[in-house]
Amino acid sequence: MYSYTEFDRDFLARRNAQFRAQVERRIDGSLTEEEFKPLRLMNGLYLQLHAYMLRVAIPYGTLNPAQMRKLAEVADRWDRGYGHFTTRQNLQYNWPRLREVPDMLDALAEVGLHAIQTSGNTIRNVTSDHFAGASADEIADPRPYAELIRQWSTDHPEFQFLGRKFKIAVTGSAQDRAVTRVNDVGLRLVERDGQLGFEVIVGGGLGRTPMIGKVLRDFLPEADLLPYLEAVLTTFNLIGRRDNKYKARIKIAVHEHGIDAIRDRVERHFALIRPTWSGADRDTLARIKADFAPPAFRTRSTAAFDAARDADPVFRSWADTNLTAHRHPEHAIVTISLKSHGATPGDASSDQMRVMADLAERYSYGELRISHEQNAILPHVHKSDLPAIHATLRENGLATANIGLISDIIACPGMDYCALATARSIPVAQKIATRFDELKLEHDIGPLKIKISGCINACGHHHVGHIGILGLDRAGVETYQITLGGDGTEEATLGERTGPGFSYDEIVPAIERIVETYLDLRESPAETFLETWRRLGAAPFKAALYPETRANAA
Amino acid sequence: MKRAFTPKVVTASDLFEGDVIYLTADDRWSRQLEEAEVITDEAHAQLRLLFAEAQQNRVVGAYLAEVAIGPNGPEPTHFREEFRRSGPSNYFHGKQQARQQSSQQPRA
Repeated sequence: MYSYTEFDRDFLARRNAQFRAQVERRIDGSLTEEEFKPLRLMNGLYLQLHAYMLRVAIPYGTLNPAQMRKLAEVADRWDRGYGHFTTRQNLQYNWPRLREVPDMLDALAEVGLHAIQTSGNTIRNVTSDHFAGASADEIADPRPYAELIRQWSTDHPEFQFLGRKFKIAVTGSAQDRAVTRVNDVGLRLVERDGQLGFEVIVGGGLGRTPMIGKVLRDFLPEADLLPYLEAVLTTFNLIGRRDNKYKARIKIAVHEHGIDAIRDRVERHFALIRPTWSGADRDTLARIKADFAPPAFRTRSTAAFDAARDADPVFRSWADTNLTAHRHPEHAIVTISLKSHGATPGDASSDQMRVMADLAERYSYGELRISHEQNAILPHVHKSDLPAIHATLRENGLATANIGLISDIIACPGMDYCALATARSIPVAQKIATRFDELKLEHDIGPLKIKISGCINACGHHHVGHIGILGLDRAGVETYQITLGGDGTEEATLGERTGPGFSYDEIVPAIERIVETYLDLRESPAETFLETWRRLGAAPFKAALYPETRANAA
Repeated sequence: MKRAFTPKVVTASDLFEGDVIYLTADDRWSRQLEEAEVITDEAHAQLRLLFAEAQQNRVVGAYLAEVAIGPNGPEPTHFREEFRRSGPSNYFHGKQQARQQSSQQPRA
């Protein structure tokens, strides 16, 4: 993992001192709210529905045990003893007080955590594959590049006041777990003729105008990464619209100018600035890469795993659902579900955070990850340790065997917390998970991703959910619109709207009808929901959702 | 034709705590909607809003929220205001918790 240099520590200390002074000046009246707001946002501080909210970056989703323990300590000392992991690999505290936020940031800085650029019209916290450095299908570890981008983009003077926010995601695997095609820039490590480079995707995004990103460069030599990104950002900064907030993202610039015109501008600017890059970024990257050297994987018998799997059906169910193939055959990647049935997706108590930190220290070479799907990960676990890990997780409400299943729901905070939300999302997720747990159908249904957003800004990624749910305010009533067939992987697809929305009380039965339709129509249990949808299209699902329409038409 | 003015309260977020507050008739800020001044006159509403907005060092984001008159005073007419006055639905946090704690305290 990346370790802070003296420079990094000094920078963070100065930045926190600067923000502390800004908070003091807001409190003593020297700064108006209008002046203070962009400053607090740049430091991750929002004012939400019931309280302030502090959004802490978990850079590219990687945490060490000391950092996780500090997140727990901050939750206990200054918040309400829990944290909410988000769809951009951040952690949100929902109840901080303005005067105490500078102390929280100083405490986080002790372990190299910060909230810089987790909001505001800047380059946001860079996200990545939560299985980076561990998965069997990886070309190269994307995290050194993500860290390089973080260092370059943090406090970058040219990009502190962009027309709108800018999100970057990086992956090193063919299987896209970082939803690169719906970011402002998506970077996919690829190999060509033995050379490492990036496929650069631009102009993806969800929100009110969802778009799948387009390929800007099919092969960018990895040494050109930062100058090329600089050319993209400069182009966006110049031609991105500032007349209308809703048309200010780069996806709109790509849509209005066309990908070819954007490419011409980027390539011209890139040619201009490339010679001015002296190679200091290469030295930095080399040092970062050394920090991400893989651990020396232990080798010993995995018999204990096989024995436990044969003997204990609960362990087997968990192992079959929550483990992913590791690049080292005796190891496994463990996904810890933060979605126990009926709980708030992505929430972890401070005690649970400490348990996960202890497990990472003892069994996962000191590494933890947070996924954009709001779960935690022990990336490198020797299989013989899995029974002990499972036992500890069970004791702490963390052993739900539902990864990738219907109750592993992404949900934004919605109107329970968010000032922008138009409807709630958390209770809808809770009710769906509880209902399908009662029906005991979850494992029979198989892979199915439900994603819920409480407004059109789509923090809950509903457009790329196999079943997407969007909460709206229709004439003063919470109303939920359904989209079907979305996909956030390398085959990125936007879901298709089914028709009129459903009320808060109707939405769970509506989801149930969709799932029943799938179970009736699938060719075999091996055909997933998404495959059935792709084979049959919308008609049978619409008929199940709107039986009265069919009756009227007949 | 001009729409009839419906009853309003002035509400905002507290600068320090970030929680929901309401302007009272005697110029205080209360954490309870029941204590808010119910405004039935449009011109008066604008004056009260200006009065609230001028308090930059105490409140953030003041606005007029519509209310209905119930047996215990003003009540929200929109679900967003209902959540603001009570708290989130996934945990018993926020105003609902504060209210319970204050009602459990023995009276002097």
